[in-house]
Amino acid sequence: MERNLTCIGCPMGCALTVTIENGEVKSVTGNTCKRGEDYGRKEVTSPTRIVTSTVAVEGGRDAVVSVKTASDIPKARIGDIVKALGTVKVKSPVHIGDVIIKNVCDTGVDIIATRED
Amino acid sequence: MENYDLVIVGGGPAGLAAALSARADGISDILILERDDRLGGILNQCIHNGFGLHTFNQELTGPEYAARFISQVIDQKIDYRLNTMVMDISHDRTVTAMNPTDGLFMVKAKAVVLAMGCRERSRGALNIPGFRPAGIYTAGCAQRLVNMEGEMPGRKVVILGSGDIGLIMARRMTLEGAKVEVVAELMPYSGGLKRNIVQCLDDFGIPLKLSHTVVSIEGKKRVEAVTIAEVGADRKPIAGTEERYECDTLLLSCGLIPENELSKDCGVELSRITNGPVVNDSLETSVAGIFACGNVLHVHDLVDFVSTEAKNAGHYAAEFIRHGETSYNTIDIRCDGRVRYTVPQTVRPEAMEDTITVRFRVADVYKGASIVVRAAGRELVRRRKQIMAPGEMEQVVLKKSDLGDADSIEIGLEEA
Repeated sequence: MERNLTCIGCPMGCALTVTIENGEVKSVTGNTCKRGEDYGRKEVTSPTRIVTSTVAVEGGRDAVVSVKTASDIPKARIGDIVKALGTVKVKSPVHIGDVIIKNVCDTGVDIIATRED
Repeated sequence: MENYDLVIVGGGPAGLAAALSARADGISDILILERDDRLGGILNQCIHNGFGLHTFNQELTGPEYAARFISQVIDQKIDYRLNTMVMDISHDRTVTAMNPTDGLFMVKAKAVVLAMGCRERSRGALNIPGFRPAGIYTAGCAQRLVNMEGEMPGRKVVILGSGDIGLIMARRMTLEGAKVEVVAELMPYSGGLKRNIVQCLDDFGIPLKLSHTVVSIEGKKRVEAVTIAEVGADRKPIAGTEERYECDTLLLSCGLIPENELSKDCGVELSRITNGPVVNDSLETSVAGIFACGNVLHVHDLVDFVSTEAKNAGHYAAEFIRHGETSYNTIDIRCDGRVRYTVPQTVRPEAMEDTITVRFRVADVYKGASIVVRAAGRELVRRRKQIMAPGEMEQVVLKKSDLGDADSIEIGLEEA
């Protein structure tokens, strides 16, 4: 299998082609430097992201308060986490750093508030 | 009439950093005037991460980044007024403003920092043909609706323009359950940062069509469909390349324009390229004692650079408050066109700091070109870059000791 990626290591934005066989990275091509190869490998094996979103807040200044995952989570779990956030309603006051959901979707990562409501 | 040493127009990242810097420089008498109901400016609605990598060595969200500055402003007991609209700034630095508590009021300032930020280019400025139904928003307007007001502007979305806010909103609307059909970009390159294309479009399988534009909008009450077409080198649509997308929403992310109505009325000279004030190495505009920083000066890619620039503006405003007007020889930084503009546009060789950072943007995508700076026939800087693009701000450092008696500085790009 081949995956085509754009490297985000620097503004070059090399067009990478990562070849994968039996779940193993066989080669990364199209990169100009080592960073491109590293990015290509990580991105096809275990890509992670920080998720940022909002949850509803009751009695606050705004209708919603912004939140994020306290650290990066597997990219494949983004959908589950966003779904979980949709079911939450918190009460004002909310402060930056408050834990909104502990261990969201069993990722071991908390959802924390990023705005004073 | 009230009196303040320093009045700062705008309480976003630029205004906050300028205030803190002037305070650190010994100015106690500072007033920030902010139009919104809170400090922090547009950062409050930028809930995505990626802010502060340079300033705090951490990846923060917009509201978190703003909060770090706001809490310092409060700790330092710097005065600020919210819900306050500045109506006029006069040549002698009298600021006229109004708010619901004080009504109309005037403040005489020893120095003024312009930190009003920028606005989005609207549909009216883009000349898109078609009806004028509901469902057409600037990306930043949609961002406010989703991230502050908890409202979804629509469910099926086409985005015109690949500026960073448009890319960020493509992801945001997708996460909130909308279907983003396509992002169309008029130019053959994206106006946004590469990392945003990867994390906001590629992650969600949203296609980016370069050299494409919107040729028609259908729907009388609400957007019903948008047709895009490929454009040629002349940026005119090519017949036969039209593609129609059924959708209820069109987001526009087609560039930001520094908001300089107040500056213009005050007689501040504006650059036709940046749409921001022309400034010297102390970020002072053509009107003595009036300084500018942040997106009102020129549109930045990263808030970290806004904070750095604003810190300098606050420092130079403090110097002005202490020493008053000075008069030094000023020389121009001339661009070759491939370098579109620089900020600052002029320097004072005798008065400048030992080194200053000159920021600029290039006009097109250049591979393997060198940035070359010359003064008085001497080459001061030559730096090869693998790639430069209009979407990424570049910088060079100028040394005072290099300038000598040069009567201008030339900056441009050369092959290899």
